[in-house]
Amino acid sequence: MNFETVIGLEVHVELKTKSKAFSPAPNQYGDEPNTNTNVIDLAYPGTLPVLNKEAVEFAMKAAMALNCEIATETRFDRKNYFYPDNPKAYQITQDEFPIGRNGWIEIEVDGKKKKIRINRIHLEEDAGKSIHTDEGYSLVDFNRQGTPLIEIVSEADIRSPEEAYLYLEKLKSIIQYTGVSDVKMEEGSLRCDANISLRPIGQEEFGTKTELKNLNSFNFVRKGLEYEQKRQEKILLSGGMIRQETRRFDEATGETILMRVKEEADDYRYFPEPDLVFLHIDEEWKERVRATIPELPDARQKRYVEELGLPEYDAKVLTMTKEMSDFFEATIAAGADPKQASNWLMGEVSGYMNKHQKELHDLALTPESLASMIQLIDKGTLSSKMAKKVFQELVEKGGDPEKIVKERGWAQISDEATLLPIVNEVLDENEQSIIDFKNGKDRALGHLVGQVMKKTRGMANPPLVNKLILQEIEKR
Amino acid sequence: MARITKEEVKRIADVSRLHITDDELEKISAQLDEFIELAETLNEVDTTGVEPTTHVFKVKNVMREDIPEPGMDRDLLFKNAPDHQDGQFKVPAVLD
Repeated sequence: MNFETVIGLEVHVELKTKSKAFSPAPNQYGDEPNTNTNVIDLAYPGTLPVLNKEAVEFAMKAAMALNCEIATETRFDRKNYFYPDNPKAYQITQDEFPIGRNGWIEIEVDGKKKKIRINRIHLEEDAGKSIHTDEGYSLVDFNRQGTPLIEIVSEADIRSPEEAYLYLEKLKSIIQYTGVSDVKMEEGSLRCDANISLRPIGQEEFGTKTELKNLNSFNFVRKGLEYEQKRQEKILLSGGMIRQETRRFDEATGETILMRVKEEADDYRYFPEPDLVFLHIDEEWKERVRATIPELPDARQKRYVEELGLPEYDAKVLTMTKEMSDFFEATIAAGADPKQASNWLMGEVSGYMNKHQKELHDLALTPESLASMIQLIDKGTLSSKMAKKVFQELVEKGGDPEKIVKERGWAQISDEATLLPIVNEVLDENEQSIIDFKNGKDRALGHLVGQVMKKTRGMANPPLVNKLILQEIEKR
Repeated sequence: MARITKEEVKRIADVSRLHITDDELEKISAQLDEFIELAETLNEVDTTGVEPTTHVFKVKNVMREDIPEPGMDRDLLFKNAPDHQDGQFKVPAVLD
């Protein structure tokens, strides 16, 4: 029997506001434990939450970028649970009236475009972080408690671990463009849980699903789902039944391990949050937020291909992050040829970033200096060999390429008046080569070019030297 | 009688992390039953045409600007905690 895989993803994204969702405590990653706390998040008696306007606008912005309809009337609810990472014993979230609904993300699977629908996006607060020790106690840090969070719930439209991977990449890229989150999985500002089930091909009804947790990279999401797909298939083929359970992905073995069996649905006893009033989002507010969304990766990609004539591949790579895409646009605005700019950014620049584990903003290179260097190459002032040396300097120390080339004497000799006497000198000294060339020995030309390069310590412009030699032989 | 069953009371106690003895279960069940009976008198009010009400105030959109204030002093914070270690609250291990 053949099965079809059905996957749905729940993604949590922390919003990059300056303060918490319902308190003025700082929202900052990586600080000393328990230094970013406030009586509201710690549930001191008599305290009341007040909604952070920026958190609402960030959530709206993300929801809009993911093609959601934005609610006009929305509110918050309490989700009740007991766990030491949340002193209030409830999480403020949105149950019945999420801020966004009915969105979608378009992915490209084997050259075909596919829409993955988004069921809902709601605004809520993050919990603290607990570390479990082996000695029977846990340590809790509440810095994260109250951080604004959006939960993005996909429909079960994903049909393979690869599609899940593509969906996540696209989602991350879009959110990153909106600037509402760092979307860094390694810092927990993007987290993903996956639901997966199998059903016989042709069957409409979904099979029993399992939930995967501890998926700490997109690659692990794909691997975990691949493992789970095989595990479920094996059980079903041997006539077994899938149990509804939560499983943990083990990074060391690449397997999923049983965490707990879900016997009954969790009972969170949701009810409307009495401490917060209703939220009404009118059209004017929606439009104001909509106007702050920058051009998104898909639109940029299309523009790069149609207007700048870049290959699809280049357009895709350059638009993966907003930082790269912005850098590229600034480079061509500073006068660089788009394809040349693309080649340098995808080649040398990305290579340097990967090798040194750096981001674009860590480099001394600026769009202006890259553009200026590319222009020097175009003009023939800089050979591609010397350009690599200039690049190294620009990326590490920065500076003006024109000045660097001049000071170091790295300029290529592209001036005919300077080269002509040298060419003639070489021709005078190599009469045999001229004869050989005239007799059809092409190699002789190479020898002559080599001699000119030698006399100019490699600084002559080779195509120009080539041209001048042919021109002067002709005259003899 | 029995507007609420003992099983329901037990489950509510469980999700609320309350440990109750069998004797307490008897007593609490009877009390809760009385509460519900009292609340049921509200059913006598005619609510035809009234929208379900969750908040009695008409106020909407109370928000603050995104301006952070420094976090609480940690030493002060730990004075209200039974135990702490390495700048963190120390709690009995709870694994879900």
